[in-house]
Amino acid sequence: MEAVHEHDHSHDHPTGLMRWVTTTNHKDIGTMYLWFSFAMFMVGGVMALIIRTELFQPGLQVVQPEFFNQMTTLHGLIMVFGAIMPAFVGFANWQIPMMIGAPDMAFPRMNNWSFWLLPPAGTLLVLSMFVPGGSAGVGWTMYAPLTVQQGMGMDLVIFAVHILGMSSIMGSINIVTTILNLRAPGMTMMKMPLFVWTWLITAYLLIAAMPVLAGAVTMTLTDRHFGTHFFNAAGGGDPVLFQHIFWFFGHPEVYIIAIPAFGVISQVIPAFSRKPLFGYASMVYATASIAILSFLVWAHHMYTVGMPVEAQLYYMFATMLIAVPTGVKVFNWVATMWKGSMTFETPMLFAIGFLFLFTLGGFTGLVLALTPVDVQLHDTYYVVAHFHYVMVAGALFSAFAGVYFWLPKWIGKMYDETLGKWHFWLSIIFFNLTFFVQHFLGLAGMPRRIPDYSLQFADFNMISSIGAFGFGLSQLLFLYILIKAIRSGEKAPEKPWDGADTLEWTHLPTPAPYHSFETPPTVK
Amino acid sequence: MSQSVLKRNRETLRKLVVVALLMFGFGYALVPLYEKICEVTGINQVVKPDTVVNTQVDKSRTIVMEFDANARGDIAWELIPRERKRTVHPGELVHVVFDLKNTTDVSVQAQAIPSFGPQRAGLHVKKLECFCFTQQEIRAGESRELPVVLVVEPTIPQDVHTVTLSYTMFEVGGTQEPKTAMRPTGGNG
Repeated sequence: MEAVHEHDHSHDHPTGLMRWVTTTNHKDIGTMYLWFSFAMFMVGGVMALIIRTELFQPGLQVVQPEFFNQMTTLHGLIMVFGAIMPAFVGFANWQIPMMIGAPDMAFPRMNNWSFWLLPPAGTLLVLSMFVPGGSAGVGWTMYAPLTVQQGMGMDLVIFAVHILGMSSIMGSINIVTTILNLRAPGMTMMKMPLFVWTWLITAYLLIAAMPVLAGAVTMTLTDRHFGTHFFNAAGGGDPVLFQHIFWFFGHPEVYIIAIPAFGVISQVIPAFSRKPLFGYASMVYATASIAILSFLVWAHHMYTVGMPVEAQLYYMFATMLIAVPTGVKVFNWVATMWKGSMTFETPMLFAIGFLFLFTLGGFTGLVLALTPVDVQLHDTYYVVAHFHYVMVAGALFSAFAGVYFWLPKWIGKMYDETLGKWHFWLSIIFFNLTFFVQHFLGLAGMPRRIPDYSLQFADFNMISSIGAFGFGLSQLLFLYILIKAIRSGEKAPEKPWDGADTLEWTHLPTPAPYHSFETPPTVK
Repeated sequence: MSQSVLKRNRETLRKLVVVALLMFGFGYALVPLYEKICEVTGINQVVKPDTVVNTQVDKSRTIVMEFDANARGDIAWELIPRERKRTVHPGELVHVVFDLKNTTDVSVQAQAIPSFGPQRAGLHVKKLECFCFTQQEIRAGESRELPVVLVVEPTIPQDVHTVTLSYTMFEVGGTQEPKTAMRPTGGNG
């Protein structure tokens, strides 16, 4: 029996397109995730630029308001579900088996499925723009009752969300199983690199939160077509119920995006500070606390629906409590750098950029947690600025840090350090140009998701639009850096970062071989 | 991978799939849970009769009650309050009448949902009788008088001088059938 299951891993794998369609190799699948996410990042980015083009000047110049609404909706959905989440699943695929000394993911075939569900879902989202009535113009939060009144584009979006959810759940089950069952001998839970820990916690969050979103959009679908009244007041339903269900998923979703980013940063900062991570155990507990709290604070997104004061007080204090474990993490990262022999290669620059700007986004989050303030700022550009600080400068910058950090291990070649630094500085300057001014717009009362605005908002909007175009173009430089590294990058040294001490750097050659750790290493 | 690891993996897979399915069910469980919480805490109970404990009329204050009604969607109903405005004292029993006319040639099932402006005043306007407590079935061309009996409680905040009571009439039924088709009567919602 045993012999049947002994695969010959040195056999030739299919080449060309079929290699990618049929692959069950975690490295191949990781690569596909990352490229898919980059493609979606470009699509979502073009949509953001359409939004910023319309907002360059007051008045309606470029697009129809209905199309503008579709752009804000699709930009949100594509960036969250198509770009950021798959990017980190890509990192998980590449890194987790190598970091825990496993030969591959626990369920390689399911892994293949989790990836190949994504392109159809992305296609559905893009296709929804071309059906009669256009795509859903409801915002990424898909609030009822507007969703019930949309055209068939809404149905395509609902199906896309279903498929994306299935992909995420399958990927998460795979990640949890891999981490729990396939660690190398000696790799105890509290020896796992923090990136692995953060993904274990994130995967649990996904398994618990994504099905709830699936339920919410399924209810929307049956309200639309099958005569149910979950969110229809006339039939005894309640639109506010949708918001509760959505945000029960939506708030953990915020951390599903942020926590793997914390994991990447927790690998990069120690490597370039040449010091072990400060307070490893407290980092693990802080991450777990954030994850648990994330399920208990959802209604802070909906202070204005008319909740009793007691409920508002609870959600306000519970939300502010999250600042404690998050603060633990930020202080630990700073303490890791303290008296370290730091160098500032591109991954470290992005990590420090993350640290500054994510913390700023965290602070505006605290401001928004205050009920009386939030009632003023609800649905203004202040909120837009806040979540772009945590999503773009947080998650996206951390993904950039991760790509620059692990690229030498993945492809065996170095990226161009000078161009990498250019990419960082252009990104951080244009990012702030785009989003910092949006705080002022929000404080002055400019509402989000509206294609036109009053004249007093004109200057800041123009600055923001210029920043957005600069930021978008800077990402083409990133693409160029990647292609240049893959085509003609200098050969990477065995260990390009001397502070990096996880298994993929210490136990595997550079570039990492197609099959790694077929016999597990022993971790001391 | 050895047999024992594969077995353990399948075991973990099974458990996690069960968790995912349970959470899908939990999303649906939030629906009755939400209703129950609203019922227990008294939030959003707009289509149930209220009880009034204090009927002491406070002649020292006057509140202007404004009445408004509209139908959602492009359905040709007329819902019109007989009077747009009435000045009342807190504690006084107020009767108002709305006229509903179905100008279409089909029978429709409808439900009215009240809302108040300012929102916080709503807690202090108690409806003893209202056509919004039940669904209305209106035959083609039928007209009907719909009564509302309410009391503005003396607890209404001092800075509220005008309260708008607005009804929105919804057609009951989730599917978007052509408006000329006969709708099934009863049984929905």
